[in-house]
Amino acid sequence: MDRHPPESRPEAAADWPDRLYDLLRTHGIRQVAVVPDAGHARLIRRCLADAEMKVVPLTTEEEGIALLQGAWLGGEKGVLLMQSSGVGNCINMLSLGITHRTPMPMLVTMRGDFGEFNPAQVPMGSATQAVLEAIGALVRRADRPEDVVPTADATIRLAFNTFRPAATLIGQRVIGAKTFGKD
Amino acid sequence: MLRNTKVMNRFDLTQLLVAKLKDEAVVGGIGYSNFDLWASSAGRPQNFYMLGSMGLAVPIALGVAIAQPRRKVFALEGDGSLLMQLGCLATVAARAPRNLAIVVWDNGAYAITGGQATPAAQAGTDIVAIARGAGIARSNWASDEAEFEALVEQALAGDGPWLIAARIDGQPAARQTPRDPVLHRQRFMQGMGVREG
Repeated sequence: MDRHPPESRPEAAADWPDRLYDLLRTHGIRQVAVVPDAGHARLIRRCLADAEMKVVPLTTEEEGIALLQGAWLGGEKGVLLMQSSGVGNCINMLSLGITHRTPMPMLVTMRGDFGEFNPAQVPMGSATQAVLEAIGALVRRADRPEDVVPTADATIRLAFNTFRPAATLIGQRVIGAKTFGKD
Repeated sequence: MLRNTKVMNRFDLTQLLVAKLKDEAVVGGIGYSNFDLWASSAGRPQNFYMLGSMGLAVPIALGVAIAQPRRKVFALEGDGSLLMQLGCLATVAARAPRNLAIVVWDNGAYAITGGQATPAAQAGTDIVAIARGAGIARSNWASDEAEFEALVEQALAGDGPWLIAARIDGQPAARQTPRDPVLHRQRFMQGMGVREG
């Protein structure tokens, strides 16, 4: 979790988080499962301010996979917002979406990916796409701000039209590498 | 409280539970929890059966409860499974869904893999104390079958979230659930009224 409000960082001027929020609205997303991440802070805030969206803060990303399963079973669309490190927590649980043919769209902000300073983020960041694909999720990447919304749109469509887990990885280059004053 | 509770049988209690249900949803956790749900009420379209993903019965039920706020939703989970995902109790407490009831079958063992004791069994861990500590105030041990039924009736009639824990024996499930995840998903969604036949 980032202790610095994302809005205070110059790269946050790009409005893709606001347009991601609009995209979730367009697709009728009602349940937003979140494990907080700095890259998603603005989107989470927009969702929290929306009375029609039910934002569920989680203790671990595994719960988010379950929440998406339950939401779909109950007739609602959900999305899971998390950081790449959280993908590692989800892998076994994604078998739910594979076996039950459940749409599970995931929007993943990357760490350990581009200009990372924290060695601990690098192993999972390097493995994120490979492990998601190994378990059967469809993965698309967005590495430029203008690609984020179209890629997330494609992921959400893939998830709900083909009934499976699907992820957009939002590259660290888009979010801006955190340095905590180490640059 | 834990030591004063009678050791009961999961299949018996599951039968007592489903006998009180109308259109409530039930999410049966991995292993004997969902096997006995199937054994007690295979024809109920409002039952969902977990074939894997140990520990997720409660957060799946939470998703259903949020999607269908006017329907009561029960999660049936074993103590070993819940121990794998204790954080979900805080998630439930924070969301405070009035229509969610968690039933924990506590035999202190991983029954389906040979009855190995859980760490909690050796430590004397109290699931109800954990749930209350997590913020689910309406958490209770059922000291016998009559109290289990009374707690279920309270959960059906009033606002939750609820947690009902029952000490159970090491008996295997009465039957096994067929392992067809697409069938379970489709039938349950029909039961929830969100899929046409």
